[in-house]
Amino acid sequence: MPVSAESLFVFMLGSLLLGAILSYVLQKKPHISIFMGYSFASMASLSGLILGPTLLLSERSLEIILPWSIFGTALQFTVDPLTAFFITVISVLGLSASVFSYGYARAYIGKQNVGLLGLFYNLFIFSMLALVSSSNTFMFLLFWEIMSLVSYFLVVFEHQDYRVRRAGFIYIVMTHIGTAFLIIAFLILYNETGSYLLFSQYAGVSQSLSPTMKSVIFILVTLGFGTKAGIVPLHIWLPKAHPAAPSNVSALMSGIMLKTAIYGFIRITFGVLGTGPLWWGGLILIIGAVSALLGVMYALMEHDIKGLLAYHSVENIGIILLGIGSALIFVSDGSHHLAMIGLTAGLFHTFNHAVFKGLLFLGAGAVHYATHTRDIEEMGGLLKRMPWTGFFFLIGSISISAIPPFNGFASEWMTFQSLLGLGTANLGAGINIMGPILAAALALTGALAAACFVKAFGIMFLALPRSAKAEKAKEVPRTMLVGMGLLASLCFLFGVVPSLVIDLLSPVTASLLSVVTIQMGGYDWLAITSIIEQGTVLGATSISPVIMLAVLMLCALLVYLIFTRFGKFRKTRIDETWNCGVAQTSNMEYTATSFSKPIRIMFRAIFRPTRKIEKEYVLKPYFTSRIKYKGGIKPFFEDTLYRPQFRFFLKLANKFTVLQSGSIQLYLSYIFVTLVVLLIFAR
Amino acid sequence: MLREAAVGAYQMLLIVLFAPLLTGIIKKTKAFFQTRKGPRVFQPYYDLYKYMQKESVVSEHASWIFRVTPHIYLASMLTAAAIVPVVATKSFLDFTGDLILIIYLFALARFFLALAGLDAGSAFGGMGSSREMAVAAISEPAFMLPLFTMAVAAGTTNLTGIVESVINGGEGVLTLAHLMSFVALFIVAVAETGRIPVDNPDTHLELTMIHEGMMLEYSGKNLALLSVAVSIKQLLIFTLLVNIFFPWGIASAFGIGALIFGSLVFILKVTVIGIIMAIVETSFAKTRLFKVPDLLLGSFFIGLIGLVSKFVFRG
Repeated sequence: MPVSAESLFVFMLGSLLLGAILSYVLQKKPHISIFMGYSFASMASLSGLILGPTLLLSERSLEIILPWSIFGTALQFTVDPLTAFFITVISVLGLSASVFSYGYARAYIGKQNVGLLGLFYNLFIFSMLALVSSSNTFMFLLFWEIMSLVSYFLVVFEHQDYRVRRAGFIYIVMTHIGTAFLIIAFLILYNETGSYLLFSQYAGVSQSLSPTMKSVIFILVTLGFGTKAGIVPLHIWLPKAHPAAPSNVSALMSGIMLKTAIYGFIRITFGVLGTGPLWWGGLILIIGAVSALLGVMYALMEHDIKGLLAYHSVENIGIILLGIGSALIFVSDGSHHLAMIGLTAGLFHTFNHAVFKGLLFLGAGAVHYATHTRDIEEMGGLLKRMPWTGFFFLIGSISISAIPPFNGFASEWMTFQSLLGLGTANLGAGINIMGPILAAALALTGALAAACFVKAFGIMFLALPRSAKAEKAKEVPRTMLVGMGLLASLCFLFGVVPSLVIDLLSPVTASLLSVVTIQMGGYDWLAITSIIEQGTVLGATSISPVIMLAVLMLCALLVYLIFTRFGKFRKTRIDETWNCGVAQTSNMEYTATSFSKPIRIMFRAIFRPTRKIEKEYVLKPYFTSRIKYKGGIKPFFEDTLYRPQFRFFLKLANKFTVLQSGSIQLYLSYIFVTLVVLLIFAR
Repeated sequence: MLREAAVGAYQMLLIVLFAPLLTGIIKKTKAFFQTRKGPRVFQPYYDLYKYMQKESVVSEHASWIFRVTPHIYLASMLTAAAIVPVVATKSFLDFTGDLILIIYLFALARFFLALAGLDAGSAFGGMGSSREMAVAAISEPAFMLPLFTMAVAAGTTNLTGIVESVINGGEGVLTLAHLMSFVALFIVAVAETGRIPVDNPDTHLELTMIHEGMMLEYSGKNLALLSVAVSIKQLLIFTLLVNIFFPWGIASAFGIGALIFGSLVFILKVTVIGIIMAIVETSFAKTRLFKVPDLLLGSFFIGLIGLVSKFVFRG
């Protein structure tokens, strides 16, 4: 008998809760606790992986009302196409990260409470799944807050370290600033309609909102969700919080927690607010381009591998927003077919980013597991010591650099096409010019990302090990490899057959824009296609990654045959690296700092590099005994945007210390005065 | 179908066979302007033959990345050659890719070559990789902008579509936007093919080299593969330059006469570009690495003027 989708949904959420409880209860037996915790998480993800695509392919929606209520609001879940898509995204990464965790969490046995990690890990996935399934704003905010708090506890999991606590503090402050904006936005909606309506009912009511009110809500949700997604300049918590958390959690945070903000943004703008003025899209496009460029530039300067990856999340959120922004522009123009391309590009990249960023964070975790360091300057030569981790990390690096035939390219191609649509649209010269300029910005982003991952992969995995830690590294346990391998094969699969995901997106665009994604007769799985406006007709452009891959393989085979058949020598000789006659050692190698130096200098206006050189002499000025070099970049946003505010509040707080004399009588009189004032005003 | 396949194979073969000759012609032209005799125009072929006969040496520190890179590099160039319209507007695989894919195929090749540069652990390779990725990063937007301007005019990023729209536009397409975009792309071509004033293809002098630095560890057959691939990349970029902006003479149909005429016109056009490139190389000094961004920024702004003029003057 077939399992009903409703029960599968309940099973999914239930097994996460059960996994959380069991993992915590069994904390005295860490091995069993780990097994239980991650088995339930895997099971839940597996059921999500069945549920999401099944609902999307059968174009069904679910309404689940649980027989309980919180604060008078019934626990009601709606799984419409957009939710089903995000359940799929969460489950794909949830499954891989959970399998990875079997091995990874063992490193914490004896050092940290693994039961607690399992508890929060399961609750974290639970809150994200519940969040995207929430039917109304109240539940949405409730699970949003649970997600924020649980992720905070995960960030500060290794709280013995001062830096981790500090990162956690910045995270929780920033995330609550974001939530504050959301609460205001939802209160305005509540005020206009008079109840915590379902999202679907809000959509009808919002048509009666005044344009100004709509724009106010739009700005508020942009700021609120933008903080969570990590748009520049609200990104400062990201590169601090992600490295602090355990790697399986960083993968989830970067891969899917940021995406819940994208979900919320799409839900409110496309689902509730509907058509808006042209500048909405323009604003999102500019935010997207700035975040993409600055994200990747700061990533280039980062040598903590997880910090580097965190900055790349900022970059990829920017790329996602480029697709969504162009969709918003076309929605306000009424060209829903073109909006479909932008929205598909954004959502496709959302999925792809979850897959390859998850893979890279798991890879970083594996490297940390093997070398006990996150500083890439101490690594090197790991490809020979950890061949599979290296191979999977390479696939992740190629995917994130948007290089074919992997999935990052497929969704960036769609994004380029939506920008081409801006260039040809009948929306005035301003938007037409914006299209190619944004395309150039996206090209710059892609090229910088490639530079960054040549640096990351090259310094971490190639040449000679730079420290004893890297020298002694060994391949990680098999479960960790399986977790990474799963994501790596998806990177390849979605890159070669993008229509797998694009077909899943068809009901999503149909429900939000009433346009399905493109189908191309019987050959659609071979290609990705995009459309643009040419005068009055729609013109199509398509590419076929499958055939490109086939040609590439064929050419490589041909080259290989020529290579092996021709010439006098059949074998290659293994010998020393040519080094002007000196034996090669690891400290002659290029480091990550030296690798990124040309870019640091070319973009010095943005980085504002600083350097300090101290010399000690035996005999001044010719014989130096020691040179100390310290280089860095100025944290622009922290210095100009956050520090002045921080100082202002500190000053303000200092002013209030006058009230705090320490005498309890005085405090009691404060309470008395407040009471009297309240009694006077709140009659 | 068969006819299209044959034409596609012919175009690829033409690119592969002609690419080393073009390198030779550029060298000869440069020698002429420097009042040297210079090597014969066929010297690149002799070089390739010589490399094939030599033993390949691979560093003991290098991984499999170093060994697969020449294959991946050459295979991606060949794939790009199958997509770009050369002597005929239509080719067998023109539906497979578009200009975005071409740019990213170049990126695939570059990605692996840069990794290979780091693989042996030598500082020369690292220096080459670091500089190559930095120069590539700033040349990429300048590369994309003029091509995207042309794509917007044609309404598609498909190369056949762009070439056909320029042909169908007649002389009316020769607008300020068109010419500005051409100039912008020409400057980028200098950087992408590693020529003076950006990089010097004739030297192994450690302070100036970019591209040669990455290839320094390669020898024998590996070097042969990379050398021919680099020639092919150069020819492909010239092909994009002439066929997108001045496609006249290209065969629109698959008639034998049209194909022969198309081939002759194609060879003539890319040779002219090659000679201009040689003249540029002899009349400029190599700039400092950190002055290269100014050059490419200039190219970007020329492309931007082209783009703006296209929409502001509508022509």
